[in-house]
Amino acid sequence: MLTRRAIILAVLLAAALVLLPLVGDRYVVSVVTTVLWFAYLGQAWNVMMGFAGLLSLGHALYVGLGAYVAGALYLYAGVVPWVGMAAAMAAAAAAGGFIGVLGFRFRVKGVHFALLTIAFAEVARIAFDHLTFLGGSGGFFLPAHDPGMADDLLNLRGSPVMFYYVILALTVGALALARGLLHSRLGYQWLAIREEPDAAEASGINLFRLRMLAVLISSALAALGGVFQTFYFSTLFPEQVFSMGRSIEIILPAIVGGTGTLFGPILGAFILTPLGELLTFVVDQAGMDAPGMKQLFYGAALVAIVVFRPDGVWPWLADRLGLVRRRGEDE
Amino acid sequence: MAALLSVSNLSKRFRGLKAVSDVSFEVPAGAIVALIGPNGAGKTTTFNLIAGVFPPDEGAVVLDGRPITGFRPDQACAAGIGRTFQIVKPFGELSVEENVLVGALAREKSLAAARSHARTVLRRLDLDGMAQRPARSLTLPDRKRLEVARALATRPTLLLLDEVLAGLRPTEVDQMVEVLRDLNRREGLTILMIEHVMRAVMALSDHVVVLEHGEKIADGTPAAVVADPRVIHSYLGAEDV
Ligand SMILES: Nc1ncnc2c1ncn2[C@@H]1O[C@H](COP(=O)(O)OP(=O)(O)O)[C@@H](O)[C@H]1O
Ligand SMILES: [Mg+2]
Repeated sequence: MLTRRAIILAVLLAAALVLLPLVGDRYVVSVVTTVLWFAYLGQAWNVMMGFAGLLSLGHALYVGLGAYVAGALYLYAGVVPWVGMAAAMAAAAAAGGFIGVLGFRFRVKGVHFALLTIAFAEVARIAFDHLTFLGGSGGFFLPAHDPGMADDLLNLRGSPVMFYYVILALTVGALALARGLLHSRLGYQWLAIREEPDAAEASGINLFRLRMLAVLISSALAALGGVFQTFYFSTLFPEQVFSMGRSIEIILPAIVGGTGTLFGPILGAFILTPLGELLTFVVDQAGMDAPGMKQLFYGAALVAIVVFRPDGVWPWLADRLGLVRRRGEDE
Repeated sequence: MAALLSVSNLSKRFRGLKAVSDVSFEVPAGAIVALIGPNGAGKTTTFNLIAGVFPPDEGAVVLDGRPITGFRPDQACAAGIGRTFQIVKPFGELSVEENVLVGALAREKSLAAARSHARTVLRRLDLDGMAQRPARSLTLPDRKRLEVARALATRPTLLLLDEVLAGLRPTEVDQMVEVLRDLNRREGLTILMIEHVMRAVMALSDHVVVLEHGEKIADGTPAAVVADPRVIHSYLGAEDV
């Protein structure tokens, strides 16, 4: 359970985030938008890995599918993103469901299941490179928003501040959903599967059904993050959107923050993204041309976490700051 | 008494090796039946066949008149079979209470009802004092009790216990024997137990089934079984009775 101190801290943090665009400059708002986007995606990934114990290394697939489906529906059929997102989530869930059926029916486990998820993301990357009606490898573009125009929330065309509030709402929504799931019958049964599948099954849990549910929910949530990506960045390149690097970027915040915890993905994103930005900035300022610097940093961060805080930063921090009443519990 | 569990001509091979071979026996409703035999005799495999871990090559399992052969473990649980694992399998990162809660959720859809049932079971097995500790922090004897608690929380009609007394100190054995006897007498719970601790077998069971090399070599009252020359030769001779 959260302590009183934790609740006060959460309220302060929420207030700070809501007020940020009023005080922060454009750059800060854009960095925190990216932070929240990765926090959101990490939360989606966490449902599979952190809750149900299913390692996905190809979450870029679901994000990318969501991004392209909503983008294409908007550009070619004028479907507003709030409607297109249903199709985006359905498409990603269908892909996730297909991988799930393959993996779980044929009892593909652990690392091999993870390889399956990578394989499908790679297939999508190559396929989208060749889908000329979506721009192929040359990229998919939405017309840019005219800065003189007012924010258009219905069509998700507008200022960075509008997008900031959209992703903030999505992140808070995902947190609330994850919390609800974790504290439900389904949540406990997922944790049981993660911890000990044989004993979970002997306790009456249908492994196939519950694992499928985890994949479907996780992939659909990821797709929603993809919809945001399309409208916020207005450009999609298969080589980025479906890349292994993107999948790793989605995973890292959750691992650094604490896999299976509710605040881990958010904390991890707040640690990694600004540091990555800072690094890029410093390297640029120094006039160095060092591509791959960010990847190197992420690699080092991962090593540090695995060695020093394998449970992630959140459980340690929560314990240190007296934010949780009981050890070993995420709240 | 009518048979609650009826196992007939059960066989299971693992690549060439006949782990269970044409085994038949019955567990009457309300009884405590012990399944004994030397290591590698096929006792755990028999449990796995009953609980649906894998289907038998031949034979049938009938629970309360209903065939459950080839059921998945979750279906077997729903049909009324609760089981413990010889090599304990706690949900390590979950608390002791949450472990038992997961068992209770097999029947209870509501979290509150499941939690209250879990707490009753925890008290029953004297685990309430450590309810909030992570299961991985428990000692082996406590983990064994947790196995029993989790299985019991699924409200089974038949409880399968795989060496839950192994590794316990004599006083702990006596405690567990008391709990099992009480569950059996007061709640009419039917128990099939794999056990090496002969003192407990003699104290608890109405009936004993003996396996050796996957085959049933004896089947009778505890007194009759321990007097059986084949049993003495194959099994009891090597153990302290
Ligand atoms: N899953 C399995 N795969 C292969 N061999 C197994 C498996 N389970 C049990 N066996 C083998 O079957 C035989 C019976 O094992 P088991 O049923 O565990 O015996 P017991 O519980 O009586 O000690 C042993 O030779 C064991 O090695
Ligand atoms: Mg055994």
